Amino acid sequence: MALLQISEPGQSAAPHQHKLAVGIDLGTTNSLIATVRSGISTVLQDEQGHALLPSVVRYLPNGDVVVGHEALAQQSTDPVNTIASVKRFMGRSLKDIADRAHIPYRFVEGDEGTTKHLLLQTRAGLKSPVEISAEILKTLKARAEKSLGGELVGAVITVPAYFDDAQRQATKDAARLADLNVLRLLNEPTAAAVAYGLDNASEGTYVIYDLGGGTFDISILKLTKGVFEVLATNGDSALGGDDFDHRIYCWVLDKIRGGSSSFTPLSEEDTRLLLTKARQAKEWLTNNHEAQIVCRLSNGVLVDVTLTAPQFIELTQHLVAKTLSPTRKAMRDANLPLEDINGVVLVGGATRMPHVRHAVEEYFKQEPLTNLDPDKVVALGAAIQANMLVGNRSDNDLLLLDVTPLSLGLETMGGLVEKIIPRNSTLPIARAQEFTTFKDGQTAMSIHVLQGERELVSDCRSLARFELRGIPPMVAGAARIRVTFTVDADGLLSVSAHETTSNVEANIVVKPSYGLSEEQILTMLQSSFGAAENDKQARVLAEAKVDAESLLTAISAALKQDGDLLSMKGKQKIIAKMDVLKDLLLEGNIHAGSSGAIREATEALNAATEDFAARRMDASVSRALAGKNLDSLKI
Amino acid sequence: MAISLTKTAAGRVEKFLANRGKGIGLRLGVKTTGCSGMAYTLEFVDELNPEDMAFESHGVKVIVDPKSLAYIDGTELDFTKEGLNEGFKFNNPNVKDECGCGESFTV
Repeated sequence: MALLQISEPGQSAAPHQHKLAVGIDLGTTNSLIATVRSGISTVLQDEQGHALLPSVVRYLPNGDVVVGHEALAQQSTDPVNTIASVKRFMGRSLKDIADRAHIPYRFVEGDEGTTKHLLLQTRAGLKSPVEISAEILKTLKARAEKSLGGELVGAVITVPAYFDDAQRQATKDAARLADLNVLRLLNEPTAAAVAYGLDNASEGTYVIYDLGGGTFDISILKLTKGVFEVLATNGDSALGGDDFDHRIYCWVLDKIRGGSSSFTPLSEEDTRLLLTKARQAKEWLTNNHEAQIVCRLSNGVLVDVTLTAPQFIELTQHLVAKTLSPTRKAMRDANLPLEDINGVVLVGGATRMPHVRHAVEEYFKQEPLTNLDPDKVVALGAAIQANMLVGNRSDNDLLLLDVTPLSLGLETMGGLVEKIIPRNSTLPIARAQEFTTFKDGQTAMSIHVLQGERELVSDCRSLARFELRGIPPMVAGAARIRVTFTVDADGLLSVSAHETTSNVEANIVVKPSYGLSEEQILTMLQSSFGAAENDKQARVLAEAKVDAESLLTAISAALKQDGDLLSMKGKQKIIAKMDVLKDLLLEGNIHAGSSGAIREATEALNAATEDFAARRMDASVSRALAGKNLDSLKI
Repeated sequence: MAISLTKTAAGRVEKFLANRGKGIGLRLGVKTTGCSGMAYTLEFVDELNPEDMAFESHGVKVIVDPKSLAYIDGTELDFTKEGLNEGFKFNNPNVKDECGCGESFTV
């Protein structure tokens, strides 16, 4: 007979209607799946008792696909067809991948069109990171269905807080390929907080320090009465335990090369083998003082080196230090003194390294919390969230608030960015703003969606473009175009534009062609602070240009229509002023400081046309009144 | 008239209750749904109803309402593993027929 779990009072499911929900930590190095059973969040194990599924997918010659330990074991013998750390390539284009020389895969640029995502050449053909991730999810799903004895209703999948829209969408696509119903994408640190917050019933302000296989995330969360609010997030999506392995790998290479410059590059297999050995050495050094790295390379060279803990610390201290810079930024964003932090939660296998723990302890001046397994905590929290989302809990008191990592906005005239949703806004969020047309009779409007903190389009990341067509011809400024930005609970952006007088509408779900690298996000944030003054000047200049051009267009149109109202002299006077302004606007004449001159010339032109404007007004009034007697005018 | 738990089941229930942080016991019951007439329910207990009947087994308080008791009297609740799956199992002497999956039954 079926095996039953204990439900909350009054929440027993009808037979065959068990709401099985899982939380999935789709990690760079390892993935996990967890569920809530009889009120306890538990990580599900496979038949061999492994909780962690290595995020490694291997395509076999016979067309089969293996995932996990079996694939990992073949990583050094078949590196091209054994894909590890695929999460790093999710939603990325070829140029986003730094350090490609050290990665043994054959990358292919994706087809142009909507997606420029990279692809990987394997013996099973071209595979996208989404397809490879889906294999991992399928394996986890099968494990869960075997363990729970039924079909899953849904899953909560965690993503790094810094995943941009492309990466989130790619994760959702992978879940769809694996036939999983995604209840929600949850930020990893938030999931960790759920796991800790509920299990320890703690309140206060917490820092989640998550150093995983390939990503570093720092989040500052405020917990009050079961409500989570993310005060700030920051991180580095290209820093993790893998980088520590890589440092050891480079160190070993230096050792075996010695001084000889004639050393031939390592084969793909040897690279893999050495990286595996490096990881084992790193893990060994957590509880031991020295690690021996022994292996034989394919060219017969015997590697036999000993790495001591102090050496390892020296090799990797800069990586640990690299985590503190985003940490400081997040603290600054949250605007909190260190004393206000009630606890620091460590997440991710890499936080087992003693020198990482020390660095965290030293920075926050308190011992970090480690009572939940740092490898499992994210999956456990995701499972709790999933259990709640399918309605297995009676008290639905936990509300999660996430934030947008960067501001979202759109391009306005002159290459400026109008921010619609500011950075660190809590999700879900919808904001609308009204825009109008720039030219008379304008019937279409191009909407360019941007992400970033800078004032100029060229300094921000382009996410999408779409056009609103069918605006009825009106004079410039008469159309009312309401642009709405919506970011859902998963952090996915949709933008809609609506012209209110005619009801034409256009919208887009943002699936950007490629994602932002962590470095870009950080650089964008940094430069927005550093370049504040330049940005302001650029904005002033751009605005001055837009105003000037708009006035020139209007006057040209007016001269064409009503030029006969002016004397030859009056007309020439205006044209002369226009020429002065046009000259200032010429490409070669514009520089950072020219906004003042443009403003002055614009004002001069405006003043010169006051008389003309008054005449036009009189003329149009008399045109309107011509042939009408007083009685017919109802005032 | 009694409901009992196996020692394994009692141990698990104690652990689940401790983890949950509240609750006075375990409620066993039946609902009239399912493909074969009746279905078991298994819930934590926070409050007793006036008509509830309570049993004690290996230190765990087992609560049953009188209507359900008629169908499950004599039941021993066990906790077992079947492959990767694990959970509670009703060994109910009153059952005449079960649906294929065993989630519902007739007496």
